[in-house]
Amino acid sequence: MTFPSGGRVPEPYGQSSGANLADILERVLDKGLVIAGDIRINLLDIELLTIKLRLIVASVDKAKEMGIDWWETDPALSSRAHRDELARENAELRAHLAELERGRGQEDPSLERGRVSEEPS
Amino acid sequence: MTTGLRYVYAVCRPFDAALQSQLTGVAGVPPKLLSHHGLIAVLSEVPECDFAEEPLRAHLEDLDWLSATARAHQGVIDALTTVTTPLPLRLGTVFRDDSGVRTMIEAREDGFRRTLDRLEGRVEWGVKVYLDAGTAVPEKPSAKAVSGREYLRQRRMRTRSRDEMWQNAETFAQGLHEALSGRAEDFRLHAPQDSALSGAAGRNVMNAAYLVPRGESEEFVELVDGTKDAKDDTPGLRVELTGPWAPYSFTGESGESGGEGPA
Repeated sequence: MTFPSGGRVPEPYGQSSGANLADILERVLDKGLVIAGDIRINLLDIELLTIKLRLIVASVDKAKEMGIDWWETDPALSSRAHRDELARENAELRAHLAELERGRGQEDPSLERGRVSEEPS
Repeated sequence: MTTGLRYVYAVCRPFDAALQSQLTGVAGVPPKLLSHHGLIAVLSEVPECDFAEEPLRAHLEDLDWLSATARAHQGVIDALTTVTTPLPLRLGTVFRDDSGVRTMIEAREDGFRRTLDRLEGRVEWGVKVYLDAGTAVPEKPSAKAVSGREYLRQRRMRTRSRDEMWQNAETFAQGLHEALSGRAEDFRLHAPQDSALSGAAGRNVMNAAYLVPRGESEEFVELVDGTKDAKDDTPGLRVELTGPWAPYSFTGESGESGGEGPA
């Protein structure tokens, strides 16, 4: 042990400085040693956790499997990002198309009127 | 007063220094030490009306209660980390009485000793990389009346620069991870955090934990700080360092290590 005796303890960088609630929850709920106590609670059964903390709790095994390349294969990061992107682009294109069509719709009647007015002469 | 249950925070080796006198744990109860077979269980006597199976399950659904309890748990682990190397247990490890805790220690003492030997004098540093795509690629509204072809061209260019940013972020994260894991004894790559929960700006593209000897922590922190210059040519990237933590991410037996290298 290299800690100084006498109770005054070093806090080299400020304890867990910069840690937000997600960092703390991630560690105390999802890391740390699992020991079955007398009170049996399966943290994954907790509805709140499976909904609100799904990303930090439920996908860990998968992330482990994936090793270093996880961010390339994680659907939460890549495919979904791309799917979202496609959906957004699609919607934008539709809106743009509708706009163009509205513009054309305004032009059409005048064109027809022009043709109609031409005929009698 | 109802009968007390035993909420166990951590197992560690006996230590000389005193814990902070003001320290309170979960349920506002100061932690105490239970010594058995040369190991210490750090625990609080907590009321059954809050920590028996039914009420505990209900409390865990309450994000406020959960946050307060998680912070209290982490507070005790933090205090222990300044005086020893604790083996942190997961939140909500509760026993009926002291003898239940002793039985648990007896059943697992070999494993505890192995893990404590492996982690002795080490701390965990958390390093996250964020990509703030929103600010880095301004979605400038294109001039009102553009042709369909011009519109698509602009879209393609925006998409390409976004893809490029992702690529750059991945390359940066990979390089950072290689440099940091070279200075660490072990590492874990955790799933990225949901920004809805963390409230952090940008998208979490890397969420890693590194096991570092306490004595080498300063160099490790400097190495992380140094990357702040390296990422200047990659806009929208942010590196965040947290710690020192107790070695939460490294409590598993070494056999199940994910840190041996890319699988």
